[in-house]
Amino acid sequence: MSTAAADIEAHDDHGPAKGIRRWLFTTNHKDIGTLYLLFSLTMFFVGGAMALVIRSELAQPGLQFVHPEFFNQMTTMHALIMVFGAVMPAFVGLANWMIPMQIGAPDMALPRMNNWSFWILPVAFGILLSTLFMPGGAPASGWTMYPPLVLQTGNAFPFLIFSVHLMGISSIMGAINIIVTILNMRTPEMTLIRMPMFVWTWLITAYLLLAVMPVLAGAVTMLLTDQFFGTSFFLAAGGGDPVMFQHIFWFFGHPEVYIMILPAFGVVSEILPTFSRKPLFGHDSMVYATASIAFLSFIVWAHHMFTVGMPLSGQMFFMFATMLIAVPTGVKVFNWVATMWKGSMTFETPMLFALGFIFLFTIGGFSGLMLAIVPSDIQYHDSYFVVAHFHYVLVPGSIFAIMAAAYYWLPKWTGHMYNEKAGKLHFWMSTIFVNLTFFPMHFLGLAGMPRRIPDYSTQFADFNFIASVGAFGFGLSQLIFLYVLVTAKRGAEASDMVWDHPRGLEWTVPSPAPYHTFDEPVHIDRTVAFPENP
Amino acid sequence: MIRKFISGLLGLVATASANADWQLNMPVGVTELSAETHDLHMMAFWICTAIGVLVFGVMIIALVKHRKSVGAEPAKFSHSTAAEITWTAIPVLILLAMAIPAARTMIKIEDSRDPDLTVVATGYQWKWHYRYQDQDLGFYSTLARPSLEARQLGSPVDPFAVDNYLLDVDRPLVVPVGAKVRLLLTSNDVLHAWWVPDLAIKKDAIPGIVNETWFRADEVGTYRGQCAELCGKDHGYMPVVVEVVDQYEFEQWVADNGGVIDETVASNQ
Repeated sequence: MSTAAADIEAHDDHGPAKGIRRWLFTTNHKDIGTLYLLFSLTMFFVGGAMALVIRSELAQPGLQFVHPEFFNQMTTMHALIMVFGAVMPAFVGLANWMIPMQIGAPDMALPRMNNWSFWILPVAFGILLSTLFMPGGAPASGWTMYPPLVLQTGNAFPFLIFSVHLMGISSIMGAINIIVTILNMRTPEMTLIRMPMFVWTWLITAYLLLAVMPVLAGAVTMLLTDQFFGTSFFLAAGGGDPVMFQHIFWFFGHPEVYIMILPAFGVVSEILPTFSRKPLFGHDSMVYATASIAFLSFIVWAHHMFTVGMPLSGQMFFMFATMLIAVPTGVKVFNWVATMWKGSMTFETPMLFALGFIFLFTIGGFSGLMLAIVPSDIQYHDSYFVVAHFHYVLVPGSIFAIMAAAYYWLPKWTGHMYNEKAGKLHFWMSTIFVNLTFFPMHFLGLAGMPRRIPDYSTQFADFNFIASVGAFGFGLSQLIFLYVLVTAKRGAEASDMVWDHPRGLEWTVPSPAPYHTFDEPVHIDRTVAFPENP
Repeated sequence: MIRKFISGLLGLVATASANADWQLNMPVGVTELSAETHDLHMMAFWICTAIGVLVFGVMIIALVKHRKSVGAEPAKFSHSTAAEITWTAIPVLILLAMAIPAARTMIKIEDSRDPDLTVVATGYQWKWHYRYQDQDLGFYSTLARPSLEARQLGSPVDPFAVDNYLLDVDRPLVVPVGAKVRLLLTSNDVLHAWWVPDLAIKKDAIPGIVNETWFRADEVGTYRGQCAELCGKDHGYMPVVVEVVDQYEFEQWVADNGGVIDETVASNQ
């Protein structure tokens, strides 16, 4: 058609469409990145509200607010929403915004699929949230969906499976897009090893997604056929094995954990050099460490299942493999400290969140190492110690890194400096309350409190009360972030560099970044753009 | 509700110093293996603490000294092969030092040969059933009445007024002190897990599978735990209580409950 040809002719400098059509039909990586980030923020508050229902009920012994079945629905939905709705889409949003700009590409390689992979998500979570109003309520079997319990879910069951499938499809399409973009659309001078750490960590993460999301799809499909089509993959009565589900689930689940943390490593590796005014220490070894962590993530899954009854040799293998992860993770932390060493540091909000990440993620790493020791794990397993551990790596880990990234690149997105005072307040409030919430949980777990219980014995009362106070404080602190976002365009105009000579191609384009960037292969001034690398 | 909240807050402040229940750490427990587990836990804890002091110490020094506001000039270095090899190799050695004692304990945990007594524990939604194989004795163990009343939504009974709230049952598992008790775990419906921290035992009860574990309690007493695998709405309300008594008392208990005393058990003591 001639009009189509004319459209292509005019493609060079067309701006965004007007109104809702811009967002529904957009194929622009920046718009889609914004959509992902706003969706993630919405889910962060929805999942956070559920966390506050949980912490309200747990503030004192006895049941005050909700029935146990609703409590279980809240823990299940909180986890599903935070994992698949908040953390993962936030990183995909950052990838959409930043990867093309960091590698000198005009857009993502597959822009229409990009639009599709985003718009599946609101549908998936619409379905998931609608289960709250169904007979029998929302899924209440924990986000791990272990059979046979998950098969006792009411009308929500097929909707749970369907929404998980949709989330998986969205993630797979996102991962394909990121891989194709990174491998094919770099500006010629951007060789693989020269790529910024955020791009590297995302490339590796995308391969993890591609490898494990289909596994999750397979596992939940088997649940579906067990429930409706007379199979017995996981039903002992029909010759199936309930433990097999756990093996399959955690073969997905453990790489999933790294899917949520590797891009965070990338973000911190971008921010730390900028505010230390010093190149990232050991760029190449960071790449190798990330790849090692990704590889190891495939052979440690059964450390989530040390109490199911495994042969001794199996337990030994999974213990040793799990402990090995501490080595590349240690390399990363040491490299970050070496990056800061003899730098010239300043402490703007992104740097504060990155530093908070290193301190608190490391604490989560320590409890992770402790959890690897099988005899101790038998005591820790399914107790609040585990809850403390994974919240330390996910909240002041992944979420802090997402916050750091948002503050770091916000001026590039909006063209204005955000409110630095509010940002710093957001950081300090978040840090204080996140520790108040999750640190006492270590003690609760060691003292014998199991996870996923709506009520507890009276000796656990004091620490639970402290955790609940912390949770409300943390939740309210996030409203400061909302304020920063609402007022993001009121600050002074940002320069192209925004910060003090940060490295990376994204800082060579104007702030705010134009709707289309890098229409032609860009020549890279190596002193400006490359990480320090030969 | 608000009144309860405020009284809770005041209660917290008032009892903070006097409350002996601020348990911070894993119990040492009453079996050889629970003590070993505790030792492994403490070893890992102190190793992590030492590494933490080191890493955070260096970080804090950098944060204080190498900041722009004190006039620090950024250095230019960006790698050091020697440093990178060092901090890859040393953690490997530390891990080995942790793995070897852990593996030793694991071997002991798995050795359930030659038990003095075998009990089959079956998980139900939401109670446990115990069957003493050689004594021909079996019973259900459910949440005790006072806890059951206090646990209801909006119950007038204050949980603090109930002894061992949610950790008490109508009929506990009774075992003799010093005897090697083999526990065979299975389930009638969904997954459950049998956990008593003082015995350092946690094992899943899985329908269609019989799991095996064991303990030898060295001290007479009552040890409490809970189901540790989410098993539905009343997951929080199926406690595990083990009463460890002396051999004579055990035999008495078996006889009182219509069981048969197996002579081999008695002769082992």
